[in-house]
Amino acid sequence: MMYFLLLLSRQGKLRLQKWFTPVTEREKKVTREMTLMVLARPPHSCNFLLWRDLKIVYKRYASLYFCCGLEDQDNELLTLEVLQRYVELLDKYFGNVCELDIIFNFEKKAYFILDEFLVGGEILETSKTAVGIAMEEAETLQEVTHTQSLKCDTCPNISICFFCSLNRQWRSI
Amino acid sequence: FPKGRSSSLMIRVIRGARTQGEERGVIQRECAAIRAQFRQADNGTRSHNLAKLLYVHMLGYPAHFGQMECVRLIASPRYNEKRVGYLGAMMLLDEKQDASLLITNSIKNDLSHSSQYVQSLALCTLGCMGSAEMCRDLAPEIDRLLRASNSYIKKKAALCAVHIVRKVPELGELFTPASRSLLSEKNHGVLHGAVVLITELCERNPETLEQFRKAVPELVQIMKGLVMSGYSPEHNVAGISDPFLQVRILRLLRILGRNNETASDAVNDLLAQVATNTDSSKTAGSAVLYETVLTVMDIKSESGLRVLAVNILGRFLLNNDRNIRYISMTSLQKIVQTDHNAVQRHRGTIVDCLKDQDASVKRRALELSLALVSAVNIRSLMKELLLFLSSCPPELRAHTTSGIFNAAERYAPSQRWHIDTILHVLTTAGGDVRDETVPNLIQLITTATELHCYTVHKLYRALIADISVQSLVQVACWCIGEYGDLLLRGECEETEPVQVAEDDVLDALETVLQSHMSSPATRGFALTATMKLSTRITHNVDRIRSIVSIYGSCIDVELQQRAVEYNALFKKYDHMRAAVLERMPVIDKSSPGHTNGESAGGSIKEMEPTKRTQEVFSYLDMKYRLDAPLDHVTRPGKTLGPNYRLFMTFVSHSHPPQSVQLQMKAPSGDVIPAHGLGQVTQTVLLNNPNKVSLKMRVRVCYTSQDFVCQDTVQIDSFPSPAW
Repeated sequence: MMYFLLLLSRQGKLRLQKWFTPVTEREKKVTREMTLMVLARPPHSCNFLLWRDLKIVYKRYASLYFCCGLEDQDNELLTLEVLQRYVELLDKYFGNVCELDIIFNFEKKAYFILDEFLVGGEILETSKTAVGIAMEEAETLQEVTHTQSLKCDTCPNISICFFCSLNRQWRSI
Repeated sequence: FPKGRSSSLMIRVIRGARTQGEERGVIQRECAAIRAQFRQADNGTRSHNLAKLLYVHMLGYPAHFGQMECVRLIASPRYNEKRVGYLGAMMLLDEKQDASLLITNSIKNDLSHSSQYVQSLALCTLGCMGSAEMCRDLAPEIDRLLRASNSYIKKKAALCAVHIVRKVPELGELFTPASRSLLSEKNHGVLHGAVVLITELCERNPETLEQFRKAVPELVQIMKGLVMSGYSPEHNVAGISDPFLQVRILRLLRILGRNNETASDAVNDLLAQVATNTDSSKTAGSAVLYETVLTVMDIKSESGLRVLAVNILGRFLLNNDRNIRYISMTSLQKIVQTDHNAVQRHRGTIVDCLKDQDASVKRRALELSLALVSAVNIRSLMKELLLFLSSCPPELRAHTTSGIFNAAERYAPSQRWHIDTILHVLTTAGGDVRDETVPNLIQLITTATELHCYTVHKLYRALIADISVQSLVQVACWCIGEYGDLLLRGECEETEPVQVAEDDVLDALETVLQSHMSSPATRGFALTATMKLSTRITHNVDRIRSIVSIYGSCIDVELQQRAVEYNALFKKYDHMRAAVLERMPVIDKSSPGHTNGESAGGSIKEMEPTKRTQEVFSYLDMKYRLDAPLDHVTRPGKTLGPNYRLFMTFVSHSHPPQSVQLQMKAPSGDVIPAHGLGQVTQTVLLNNPNKVSLKMRVRVCYTSQDFVCQDTVQIDSFPSPAW
């Protein structure tokens, strides 16, 4: 199983963290050491390293580092494909994903996409299209219930929040 | 703001903070606002305040005050609130928090919700952070969902069951029947979940494993279908149809085929097919091939299949992709003991990987190279290892040196080669060797009696070139002290002799003594060596006397003590000096024999008891340190008799066989009356846990009627009940 998945910026700031095993706050801080190792790797390095007794697989996409910790029986090459798949899912959903997307939409999209792809450290769905369909249907359900409760923050209309959340205006920051 | 900022606005403000302090300030204000909102009655803002709090939490700030909010939101009838609530639960509530139990009931209700998306939230959360208690509580629900629901729910229920089994292994029995029938599903998500669940069940319960062996033909069919199927757009990754599922099936087949002929036979053909048909030009294909190789090597495969697997690994070794080279070496490492010859064939490529730029690849190559050392290839492989050592990354140096020493010890083709190799390592990386290296090398040198002249020449040359590497300097000093006479003779068979005078040699030792680079231990070696030379040189003994007397007031206590003792040896005990500083005998050391390629019989610690007797200590291992002499011996009128005082101490750095320990107690007296009218006894305690046969030589020095005498006694056998 995957023990954790972390997304880090070039400067080491956490953009997303998913822990598939109970971990104390202190232990989470200890992984900082691992992230520094990863960030220090020269380009074109091997994507695998050993940290304590964990296998670490990492991959850099633009300005984001995706790092995960595996147990001994896990297939490292397949994990590279898992990371690749996650990036493709994010891309499909945000359209041309970049770090800012994840920052501004983390609580809505990145985690929900992740939860349709991995559960308990294992792959839940191997089909890209199936994940996409689930996401869209869940989003529709979300927006329907959302509009019933609040005025939209970014526009005066209640009923077009769905479109606001797709609105890219703040991406220019 | 009555509702609080929107989360995007808050994020923007936080990112706008220019310093850590400013950020903290912003966060504090935001958290205060969020707290205030939480305290108010339900105003429809809870979910987005929790979302903001989760962002703050991810930045590393405390967010525990949001835990109860998660509980409340999860219980809300609104989907969007539940969603954020469950997300919050997964981030803030792990099983160690008490609040996590409070959501059990909500989860239970949501598992039976009419909307599959609500059910899904509950399943996902339980599958990620459910505690053992929650798992026990909800397991029957999960089992129900495994049997009767749509694919979307079934696949989530399967992974939820995996989590439950990990937390509460006994519950595995509950899920076994349902998981078996899931193998007939067509949906890949469900199938994948089923395979993961079955793997988990089989790993934990041997009876379950036995049961699922019957499913091998079914699994083989599914796998064949994937491998032989045409292009499927939904599952295709770089030409491979659902590599994720293929890898999991291969892994399950590995577990089922292990140690079982029938199951292994049943998958032989399939594995051969996958190994030959899978296109490995991209990572997806390589991942499947990798898993196939691991499976082939772990089950009872036909030898032809094993050869095929090792060849695949060999091909991987030549791949341009570093990742592939890396995993090839990790796999070869796993089989280097069992399939040693097959792996040896790829030694050349593995050794080339020592020169790779990448640290991970280098490390793997080093491990594997060390595992491949044998009597046949020791010379050529050692050349490569020494070359590697000269440029290897600092974090690998210690491991490399100890690996080299082990290999040299096991397979050295000659003593000279062995000594040369160790010296080479000390010159290149003497700062990264273990402490035992120095005594081990000294022991080796003493055994190579014909090479004493050669060794001392080599070490002398090394010493005058560079005195910074402590381990090397220590051995060099010891050698010079011991064999300095061979150095001064000016002739040597094995190497070009040096033409040195006594002063040159003493200069070298004094340089070490005075250098700020020398550690205290090193200086001790140098001083002792200088002292030993006093019986090996002829002209400059006075110089040695003066060095020794100078160090009698050295600020380092250890050096001072030695100098004082040596001074005493010059003055009152000059008659004993030659004996005390005699040439050391060969030091025996029983070493374990354990060569590569043979199946490991046991750990290094197992040593076969040596049949031949060992001398526990030869008298030369003990250097006598004499206390201040007693003046009253020669007083006239008193009964004259021999007197002695005997203390033993280790001045050199060789030590007795590891298993035997000696402890000497104080003698009962220091005067033995004449004419056999009394005796003095001294107790010596010997601890001999391995019950090796012992011989002991004891030398007694005493004064009798102004003459100093010595007597040697050999004890050839101890009464056997003594052990």
